[in-house]
Amino acid sequence: MSFFSIKTDRSKYPQGGEDGKLQIDLDSHKYVKIWQGPNHPGVTGNMSVELTLAGDEVVEAKTHVGYLHRGFEKLLERRLFIQGMQTSIRMCVAEPDSNEYVFCSCVEELAGIEIPEMAKWIRALILEMARLQSLLRAVPGQGGTFGLGVGVQWGIYMRELVLDRFEELTGGRIYHMFMTPGGVRGPLPTGFKKRMEETLKEIDGFIVNIDNLMFNNAVFKKRAVDVGVIDPSWVDKYGIVGPTARSLGFNRDVRKNYPYLIYDQLDFEPYTTTYSDIYNRTRVRWHDLITTVDLIRQILAKMPEKGDFKAETPNVLHWRIPKGETYVRSESSRGEYGMYMVTDGSEKPRRVNLRGPSYNNGIAVLEDLLVGANIADVGAIMVSLQVCPPEIER
Amino acid sequence: MSLKDILMPFKAWGNVFKEPVTLKDVKREGAPRYRGFHKNDVATCIGCGTCEAICENEAIVMVPVEGIETKNGDSGLRPMVDYGRCCWCGLCVDVCTTNSLSLSNEYIWTTNDPEEFRFIPGVVDKPWNNSEKGWTKPGPNFSYYGKERVPMPELKPDERDKSFIEIVRGYSKEQAMKEADRCVECGICVATCPAHMGIPEYIKAIRNDDLNEGLRILYDTNPLPEICGRICTHKCETVCSVGHQGDPLSIRWLKRYIADQQPAENYKKILETEKITKNGKRIAIVGSGPSGLSAAHYLAQMGYECVVFEKLPKPGGMMRYGIPEYRLPYDALDKDIDYIKSLGVEIRCNVTIGKDITLEELHSQYDAIFVGTGLHLGRSTRIPGTDHPNVYQAVDLLRDVTMGKDIPATESIVVIGGGNVAMDITRTLARIQNQRYGKVNIITTSLESEKEMPADHEEIIEAREERATIIPGWGPVRIEIENNKIKGLHVVKCTSVFDENRRFNPKFDESQTNFFAGDMIVESIGQGMDISYLSESIKENLKFNERGRILVNEYFQSSLEWLFVGGDIIQGPDVIHGIANGHKAANGIDKFLSEKA
Repeated sequence: MSFFSIKTDRSKYPQGGEDGKLQIDLDSHKYVKIWQGPNHPGVTGNMSVELTLAGDEVVEAKTHVGYLHRGFEKLLERRLFIQGMQTSIRMCVAEPDSNEYVFCSCVEELAGIEIPEMAKWIRALILEMARLQSLLRAVPGQGGTFGLGVGVQWGIYMRELVLDRFEELTGGRIYHMFMTPGGVRGPLPTGFKKRMEETLKEIDGFIVNIDNLMFNNAVFKKRAVDVGVIDPSWVDKYGIVGPTARSLGFNRDVRKNYPYLIYDQLDFEPYTTTYSDIYNRTRVRWHDLITTVDLIRQILAKMPEKGDFKAETPNVLHWRIPKGETYVRSESSRGEYGMYMVTDGSEKPRRVNLRGPSYNNGIAVLEDLLVGANIADVGAIMVSLQVCPPEIER
Repeated sequence: MSLKDILMPFKAWGNVFKEPVTLKDVKREGAPRYRGFHKNDVATCIGCGTCEAICENEAIVMVPVEGIETKNGDSGLRPMVDYGRCCWCGLCVDVCTTNSLSLSNEYIWTTNDPEEFRFIPGVVDKPWNNSEKGWTKPGPNFSYYGKERVPMPELKPDERDKSFIEIVRGYSKEQAMKEADRCVECGICVATCPAHMGIPEYIKAIRNDDLNEGLRILYDTNPLPEICGRICTHKCETVCSVGHQGDPLSIRWLKRYIADQQPAENYKKILETEKITKNGKRIAIVGSGPSGLSAAHYLAQMGYECVVFEKLPKPGGMMRYGIPEYRLPYDALDKDIDYIKSLGVEIRCNVTIGKDITLEELHSQYDAIFVGTGLHLGRSTRIPGTDHPNVYQAVDLLRDVTMGKDIPATESIVVIGGGNVAMDITRTLARIQNQRYGKVNIITTSLESEKEMPADHEEIIEAREERATIIPGWGPVRIEIENNKIKGLHVVKCTSVFDENRRFNPKFDESQTNFFAGDMIVESIGQGMDISYLSESIKENLKFNERGRILVNEYFQSSLEWLFVGGDIIQGPDVIHGIANGHKAANGIDKFLSEKA
């Protein structure tokens, strides 16, 4: 690959001073400061990166958030437990169901409610469908950052097919609001398994097409290989999780390491690589697509035909949950997604805190990863970390 | 990098021959479960406002609607949805107490007028109003609040059919809290309760385990909670919104739970009535029934000196002399009365107005008079044979039971009547028969069919459990008497009791007759009032309505401004109306005397 990579003599760029900070003299006219964002297609939401460039190379990057702050965690302190479901999902638009799951699960854990078996399977199904629709945008989206728009269009169409199934199952397309503290809000519709299988068949074809279009593509390889390389030592330094950690050889997957719902009854092995550049990170996600499709098939085959879908809960209009605290985690398409909830015995949560992978990736890792990158690759690097700014600013 | 990497992307050209993905029909129908736009069946909706309470976006506001009147069990309000706030979560549908609210599966709706995005579903004409698909409550058993009532511990039929021990044992703390949890706090019950008790508030006090606060809320509107907690006609439960899809809340038992928890000695401290400043004015109250005691309580709280005159040996009126002990034990009754006495109310028993002292004399000694003498005269069917000495009035027999007199219960009895009094006398006589003869032989018949019978349904069930025979739907014709001994009652089939205007106008089918054997007949078809204590001069100055009742204003003030009248002789008959009348009259007396001064 070295033939295609650009060699730069770093000695002529600013060096760190005694305190480790770069000595950049903007008045020297050697450097230019530009802002990428807050509206940039490279990131699905509003955040910006303050870049200091020497020529076309980034010498310093600072991430800025705050354009999107909606105070969801605070809002949740003003909502009944049943009302938190609608608020929590809006923390991440791209994959709202992880929010829904961790919120409901926190409430159930603190209230000591065991949800019915059927509800567990339907929840797992929804979570996998959500991962699928998220990856259908994220994987071809990486090509999109290099101008490869065809895959994005295919992906969006495939995602619509999954949204159709969501509409059928949950009554909503983007925000599903189908999980509720105590279970889910309905059984599987009749004929759903058959129609889901038809959708999965279409997606099978799409996965092969994307392999041809992106991963066996000279242009994509030239742009993605050896670009945005993450050092394995950063994993613990920044708390990198999910597909990004797996691309570094760390097999971290909450579904496997700490099985929740019915994941211990499913057969799957997360894909890992050992060298984390844009290419491999996208490749890991592409393999996740295959795993997810397989998991949905397994869930539909193994789930019970009948059963209660909601456990009995106290009256939700004045449901009080005893004093306590809990942390519940799940695996989203971007990695470990957790919620910490504190209750004080009242009708509303005392504190809710979300732990999302975008926070580490988007704010901390990105700052280091962009240094030395070409200005043209900034957007691609941002997307390769699958940052979702709404989830940073909750 | 290989040649393959250059050639493979060209495989995408394969799609050139595929049909392009275009959404041809933009009017595609949403999935059957899709959460589209709001629909409301306004005829089923009762305006309970649970949808408004659950909405996290405050997108729903309850508003009055033209053509929908406020009535018992219906607030007259209907939900108005604001699509600038709605997030289409559908929780309003899931919690709807009547299942009237649903969502259509429409996708698209456009309008130029922004005002149209805020509308009253079901009232405003919208294109999706008749759509059949869309989000509805998921399944018949799906509920966000308990549908089933916490069962009340009661004595079993064989434990109670020989004694007058109270049947209902009362809720434990856990049971009461679980039952209280089912309340949706809609307040439909408050509007229906004649005394407008703060029902959701005291139920909330149970949930908070703050029973002192609960007691304070009870005494705000009802000074006889022990009594009402046992024998109230619970109109609140009849309209309870939770009852539309399950069992109504047992509001009456919850009230009793609060009242049972504190001994009467603590009441003054909890209710902060230890120090009442007297205002020096004196009020005479005639009759110590619910209305008289209620008036006395609230007047005493305001600082008036009250004296209650009672004809019978003990206070309580119909509550003591009409309701059997197994429903309302005397110690519960005495607890409420003792507290009222402790406020400084004097109760003079064995004083008959018109005989021992006249109203005119009372008027000269007191600033105002409240009269609540109740309905103590039993009405007769006046069918042939009712003049026989073995034909009794239920109210007289019930009074004699309380007074400890010997009851002439024979081995086989026929009771005429379908109200709660009829059930009371049936079950009382059944107990006496059981004690005396070891068996029960009592037939109770009513004009009304079982569905129309005015008695509480559980009373009918419990009477049957105690082996009384209830045969509804027959009208009495004559009493068969042979050798001056009653042989039984001839009846004829009653086809309908009320006419189309809901007026009492029974119709009979003469071809169907029946005979109920019995050697004693008890009539329990209603009571009349005895106002013979009113002197001619007072009667002349009083105005009466077309039904012969004394005409009163909203404060129960008669046309003689010093005379206030309430209780069963004005409204009811039941305890809670009496309590409400007494409270209102107390406020009226206070207003009258303050304006006079």
